[in-house]
Amino acid sequence: MKILKPILIIAVGYLLLKVGIPFVGSKLHPGTWPVVPTSVLKMYMFFVVAGTLLFSTFSEDGYAGIVGPVADIYTNPKKGLLRFVSIMIVGSLGAYVAYQYVKPTFDAPVELRSIHPAPPSTVKMWGKSYSLQTLKNPLRADKANFAKNVEEGGIVFFQNCFFCHGDRMLGKGPFYQGFNPMPANFVDVGTIAQLTESFVFWRIGTGGPGLPSEATPWLSAMPIWHHLLSEEQIWKVILFLYDYTGHSPRVTAAQAH
Amino acid sequence: MLLTLKRAFRYRGAAAIVAILVAISPLFVYAALNFGSSSLYGMVSATPAYAEEAAQAEAPAQEEGQDGAVEAEDPNMWKPLPAPKLETKDYPIVAGINSRLAVWFAAQLHLFFAAFVLGVPIFVWVIEFIGVVTKDPRYDNMAHEFMKVSMTGFSLAASFGGLLSILLVVLYPGFMQYMVGVFGKVMVIYALMFFAESFFVYTYYYGWDKMAEGGLKKLHLFLGLGLNSSGMVLMVLSNSWASFMMAPSGIDDAGVFLGDSWAAIAGHLWNPLNLHRFIANIAYGGSLTAAYAAFKFLTTDSKEDRAHYDWMGYTSFVIAMVGLLPLPFAGYWLTKEVYDYSQQMGITLMGGVFAWLFILQAVLIGAIFLSANYYLWCSLGRAEASKRFYYMIQPLGVVIVIAFLMWFTPHTLIMTSKELTQIGDAHHPLLGYFGVMAAKNTAVNTLILSTFLSFQLFRRANIRPTGDGFWAQYGTTIQVALYIAAETNIISLGIWSYFIPANVRIGLSVPQVSSTAVVLILSTIIDTLIFKKSADIGEFKWGHMPIRSQYTLFMLAVSFTWLMGLMGYCRSAIRQHWHVYTVLRDNSVNAFTPTLPFAAWMVTAIVLVFMALVFFMFWMPILAAKKKEAKKSKVAGGDLHGVIGATAGE
Repeated sequence: MKILKPILIIAVGYLLLKVGIPFVGSKLHPGTWPVVPTSVLKMYMFFVVAGTLLFSTFSEDGYAGIVGPVADIYTNPKKGLLRFVSIMIVGSLGAYVAYQYVKPTFDAPVELRSIHPAPPSTVKMWGKSYSLQTLKNPLRADKANFAKNVEEGGIVFFQNCFFCHGDRMLGKGPFYQGFNPMPANFVDVGTIAQLTESFVFWRIGTGGPGLPSEATPWLSAMPIWHHLLSEEQIWKVILFLYDYTGHSPRVTAAQAH
Repeated sequence: MLLTLKRAFRYRGAAAIVAILVAISPLFVYAALNFGSSSLYGMVSATPAYAEEAAQAEAPAQEEGQDGAVEAEDPNMWKPLPAPKLETKDYPIVAGINSRLAVWFAAQLHLFFAAFVLGVPIFVWVIEFIGVVTKDPRYDNMAHEFMKVSMTGFSLAASFGGLLSILLVVLYPGFMQYMVGVFGKVMVIYALMFFAESFFVYTYYYGWDKMAEGGLKKLHLFLGLGLNSSGMVLMVLSNSWASFMMAPSGIDDAGVFLGDSWAAIAGHLWNPLNLHRFIANIAYGGSLTAAYAAFKFLTTDSKEDRAHYDWMGYTSFVIAMVGLLPLPFAGYWLTKEVYDYSQQMGITLMGGVFAWLFILQAVLIGAIFLSANYYLWCSLGRAEASKRFYYMIQPLGVVIVIAFLMWFTPHTLIMTSKELTQIGDAHHPLLGYFGVMAAKNTAVNTLILSTFLSFQLFRRANIRPTGDGFWAQYGTTIQVALYIAAETNIISLGIWSYFIPANVRIGLSVPQVSSTAVVLILSTIIDTLIFKKSADIGEFKWGHMPIRSQYTLFMLAVSFTWLMGLMGYCRSAIRQHWHVYTVLRDNSVNAFTPTLPFAAWMVTAIVLVFMALVFFMFWMPILAAKKKEAKKSKVAGGDLHGVIGATAGE
């Protein structure tokens, strides 16, 4: 039965995604069960099925081995019972999927988040206008006082940011569970590691209320830090973030010149 | 004899003239662009409404400066103006048409056809040239047929181009006045280049049979070169308008044109856009002609025709793939330059609101790779001896699927609140690694290598190295070693790039791509050396392809078209509420970014209209052939007198 092989491959693929990935993830982050989100799982499974069918049917033998049994069920007069059962299974599956889509739920709606909303060209803080395309961290060039500035940035961090972002910058401070979206994980390669310092400066300075409309409905609880901190303090805390995590800030061509 | 000599000289002379014209045509363009600042301004000097406001605003300043320089200026002379501050009333609404949707529709259809008719003549010329060198008439016939298919495309490209121009002038007059102020000269040259292209396309196509041999064939090749050169000039000139709208140059902060057209053309994004579109046009042309061949393959009953269209489909498919393989890297360069020019545009594109369209893009590119591999695997069926490679297809398929899943894994995961709690973090501890460029580069290089391996397997389908030569003995082993070394390098660099700064990480894509390129080039060379001393094992049958393989060629064409529509929208829409980024603001009622589903549906609707027109385009040559056939059989069936009588009776 050639048809069993692709079915087996698809089943193994499903198990790997459904159980394998969360299992490995739970070893990396103990105490969690990092499932593959349903939205991604559906896309993955679609292409696992499509890919398996493609490499199983490229030859005439393979094609006949998969299409043949299916065609036989639906055309052979002697297989009426099997045909009836298979139609019932396919129909029930369709009904189940339809029911899952329409059944009432009390869960919060799934919403598309824009983790890195586009920054404005310029931003106003402390009564000054900053061009984010060319803005550089003024303290980075001060090599002599670098360690001192990083240390002072650390103090600013632990006095203000630590409660949400945590002592290891993993986004898991004492209050983190109260937030959705969760506080940013600065160690992750997908956050400050791929952003410029001017972007981070803008995000810290203007906080959640400074997010552009495209970032909604991402209701970030981040305060407007330029109301509470000085410009120098924010630049110092940025130095600290990059220094602690070991990431280097991205530099655009305009900033490099 | 004397007559022959005279004719030969005449043709050679004509060929030389065409060659010289083609060679110096870029100089004409350059000279025209630098031909004094006032020569062509007169043609675009209609005073726009906003000019009066600007003149009034500037008037006090001129009164203050009562020096000679100001007095010497002729007030009637047109001079460059700052970008206008348009208001809603500056955007006419004609017959209740939604201006943006109308322009979107016309521009996209124009671009689809333009890409097709610019891409096809490039490889038609190459195939014709191969035919001349190899003296194999099949190449010439195929090149001619490709041109035949594209001829209707020229008319449709021009028609939609005309519609687009009129819509822009009627619906966006303020914007067009500003653009004409900057690009007036360039637009005139652009219009003139149409005459050159028309001349070349008609003489090239209709002269095909007349110029089939000897010196005339060379002249014909020169005409093809002229067609491609004029097409290329048209493309790069129109690209300059699109790149100017994204990254304006040649103007001051207020948008005043500084008088140097070349500076306005050669903006920050012009060359990345030129390269990306040039390569994409070839790939796109190949995919559409492959669809044509599949269409003919499926609709013919003749065994010979089936073999011919199978070969034609395969050739088109290879052209599409040759264009596709470097395309992600050209796109990568364009995106990098977008980010370098404006962090805002870069993040809008890749990390912000359009990031999800990039997931769609990744899915479509993956679908193209899957279809391409499936077509190649089915192609093994043309040779019985290829069964010895079948065992490799399943593992190859698994690698392709895994690389594909990595390739389209989103950076921003859509999670329910329950899933968010289970994951315990905004970033998934495993999938989070697949969402960044380090993984994407690794995945796409692996996809390319796997696809190339499928291609190489097909090329070896009924061939086995023979003899005791070095390449026959060790060639395949060296190729295997190359694949292993390249893939090891790609994966190692991919993993390493997680641990280094973002700027260095971006640079690592270069050695990754180089690894892939080395395999592609060296392996092809080694193949050639092996094939020199090899023997056919079993028969190779063109036309021996399953029906389902032809549908993958259709899928290829549809995926390419969809991809172009979506990414074209992305490229254009990252300007957001700017006609010309940071210079000329869009203040129309449509100055908002539509929702992603709306944009996707709009692009889908345009793709459907386009595909309907493509089938019309495919049908036209068939219709012409039918009429020709009917006429022929009529002449063959009746006597000449009867034919004359029938014609007279019409």
